[in-house]
Amino acid sequence: MFTALAVLISPITVKADHGVFNPKTFTLSNGMQVVVVSNHRVPVVSHMVWYKAGSADELPGKSGVAHLLEHLMFKGTQKLPSGEFSKTVARIGGSENAFTSLDYTGYYQNVAVEHLEAMMKMEADRMKNLVLNPKEVETERLVVLEERSQRTDNNPSAVLREHVSSALFLNHPYRRPIIGWKHEIQALNVGDLQAFYDKWYNPENAILVVAGDITLALLKPMAERTYGQIPASVTVHRERPSEPPQKASRQVVLKDARVRQASWSKSFLAPSQVTSILGGAGQEHSYALEVLSAVIGGGTTSQIYRSLVIDQKLAVSAGTGYSSGPHGPSRFTFYASPSLGVSMKTLEKAMEREIATLLKNGIAEEEIARVKKSMFAQAVYARDSLFAGAMTIGSALASGRNISDVEAWPHLIASVTVDQVNAAAHAVLKNRPSVTALLQGEDEK
Amino acid sequence: MGLWPCGVIKASHKPEHTVNVIKVISPSGIEAWLVRDHLNPIINMHFAFRGGSALDPDGKEGLAYMVSGLLDEGAGDLDSQLFQRRLEDLSIVLRFDANHDTFWGRLKTLSKNRDQAFTMLKAAIVKPRFDEKTVYRIRSQILAGLRRSSEDPETVANLTLGKELYPSHPYGRPVKGTAISIKAITRTDLRAFKRERLALDNLIIGVVGDIKPDELGRRLDQVFQDLPATSKATNIKEAQPQISGRIKVVRMAVPQSAIVFAQKGLRRIDPDFYKAYVLNHILGGGGFTSRLYNEIREKRGLAYSIGSYLNPRRYAGLLQGYGGTANKRVSETLEVLKKEWRLMANNGVDAETLDDAKTYLIGSYPLRFTSSGNIAAILISMQLEDLGIDFLEQRNSIISSISLEDLNTTAKKLLDPDNLVIVVVGTPKGVTSTP
Repeated sequence: MFTALAVLISPITVKADHGVFNPKTFTLSNGMQVVVVSNHRVPVVSHMVWYKAGSADELPGKSGVAHLLEHLMFKGTQKLPSGEFSKTVARIGGSENAFTSLDYTGYYQNVAVEHLEAMMKMEADRMKNLVLNPKEVETERLVVLEERSQRTDNNPSAVLREHVSSALFLNHPYRRPIIGWKHEIQALNVGDLQAFYDKWYNPENAILVVAGDITLALLKPMAERTYGQIPASVTVHRERPSEPPQKASRQVVLKDARVRQASWSKSFLAPSQVTSILGGAGQEHSYALEVLSAVIGGGTTSQIYRSLVIDQKLAVSAGTGYSSGPHGPSRFTFYASPSLGVSMKTLEKAMEREIATLLKNGIAEEEIARVKKSMFAQAVYARDSLFAGAMTIGSALASGRNISDVEAWPHLIASVTVDQVNAAAHAVLKNRPSVTALLQGEDEK
Repeated sequence: MGLWPCGVIKASHKPEHTVNVIKVISPSGIEAWLVRDHLNPIINMHFAFRGGSALDPDGKEGLAYMVSGLLDEGAGDLDSQLFQRRLEDLSIVLRFDANHDTFWGRLKTLSKNRDQAFTMLKAAIVKPRFDEKTVYRIRSQILAGLRRSSEDPETVANLTLGKELYPSHPYGRPVKGTAISIKAITRTDLRAFKRERLALDNLIIGVVGDIKPDELGRRLDQVFQDLPATSKATNIKEAQPQISGRIKVVRMAVPQSAIVFAQKGLRRIDPDFYKAYVLNHILGGGGFTSRLYNEIREKRGLAYSIGSYLNPRRYAGLLQGYGGTANKRVSETLEVLKKEWRLMANNGVDAETLDDAKTYLIGSYPLRFTSSGNIAAILISMQLEDLGIDFLEQRNSIISSISLEDLNTTAKKLLDPDNLVIVVVGTPKGVTSTP
């Protein structure tokens, strides 16, 4: 089986009868939330700190500052010389990295449990004591520009994805690329970085997640000795422009001589678990939308794949993507790659027929039952990996959801009815504006 | 918090947890290695057949890869849709894949569905259907994938390097084939692959999960007993990579050039393998501390990704690397790369560096055992590489026994900056192919 990667990934799927990861939580006196997910397979832990600030929290004109700052967090602090953080992690046999997203920035080290407190000490240190050295900023800017070339500018489909986001969100900062626009990355200065760091890197705006061979009772005193020593700071809130009701559909087309396999997509604004669409679908539809996406476009047995790829042979891959995870508005996307010789027009018409049929006839009850069963029978798989629980919980908390949302997810998915799925499809797709994207070779039609 | 005296945090050399590997032999004599794991009600069965795409017939390059895409697309009474639906309904994950040396598969199931899971697996490897319309669809998908990857400078660089190194050995041919070879593969070829390559004499099995050894023994017979006893004889020759210092530039209109490079390396069975492994870790291995990372990324901002790795295959070993840099900075990047390569060959490393590398490689080993799927994959590679069932207990002492002298002798012997074969894909400024 060969399938194209979906643009969006559903949250980790889980089991219904009891909690998913059974995490324990408490809050330090400075407001920092701590979460423990115990898993005693091997004597290692995954130690993660999540900041509730991502690229969508940057000021206009300063795109890329969240991500560049993430890179610079690996330089020195007032106590630790530059480079010593990573050397220390390596010396104890740890692995480490960090990631920046639209809604959050996260840092982690996977280490033997005996080194956990040393990691906590270093991570707590760089929450407040980072030193932004102008020379290091210049070098790291070059690294990030190379990262942008590698991820985006070298790759026509990634370039088009940036334009889709910019077209889909008229006003919400999700319209900017996480890594930043090249010309704005080039213009960022130490002051911009320092301002972002000072505003968002605070205990109250951070979440500690530790997964692995550890219990709450053991972790608590360590957390108090390290993160707990950081003074509380002023409370910060995300202040993001919101998306106005949309009135017009848009099309973005990228024709590039490099493209040898065309692709097509159509994206609709959709609610997430925590954000409704102004003048559109409400957040209560998010669970039904997850089920909808799995039924119509979630793999090789889904309706769209069967129709476009297997029966009509118009596409080599086809499906849908939806994530209920973002803090802000989400999207529901239909995508397909045409078979050789099939025009974009033919492919688009076929996909539109699928959408029309869906809206007219609705979804069959038994398809929903199938998909729901397979969605939560995966529970045990999610628990098998040490890191999956930490990632799922961290991203949920950092995006404005809470632990009970994660733990109740299987129950809520199991309770979705066929009427709810059909209502959600209508709310998001029926006569709604969309963004259609075409990626083509230079002289393709 | 007080001041940290830097460098006091060290991994201890104390023996960490051990994973107990059990050899299970089925009633009919099929062997599997098992790690019992009751943490979750899951069974992971990984298996591999020695012999991969290097054995694809001339003109049919991509055959093993194409079969890997078809075994889960219909078997026995079930056509592709029914087969896929049943896998989904039972939450069974079944995947196949191929590289030059190996064809392998992995099965993951909830323990409670294991009977159906093993039945599905058996059907996939013993009675795959290769229905005409399914073959047509998978072929179209592979061709689309080939078109897509021909846009990607990194993929083009790696394929070009393969051709440069192995002009006349099957290692130089692409695992996924070419548009011409994929179109030439027929259902007869697919059936022949199944008959000739999937047999008991080249089969390796690793299982992790919630299953008792005696039940596993019975299950091995249930799944694999009907495979042919022997695979078709093969005659892959030892590969002699064409190593001589040169640059090959492939023009592509991209802002960043993709760079890959290779020199002679070691096979896994080489007694010096672990010395080279530690050496490579220091030179360009994982993490944020290698010399190439420091010199090329940290100090100069030349690249986002830069690194090196050992590529020990069955019939040849290479020391390879990769990087990506702006077109105008390619020549500077290559200069720094060769300089670091030469420095390590000439001067070796100091005792502290070696000690840090050892503690990292030993201390990080448990991180590979954090999911049952990862452990099953380790059981397969141990058997493919003929490492012995007690390897997990030996591995760390092999690393700690390496002396500074060993390492620096290996550095001199192995590292050969003048004979790096370099491929650049992009529009590099001031860098041209060696005539």
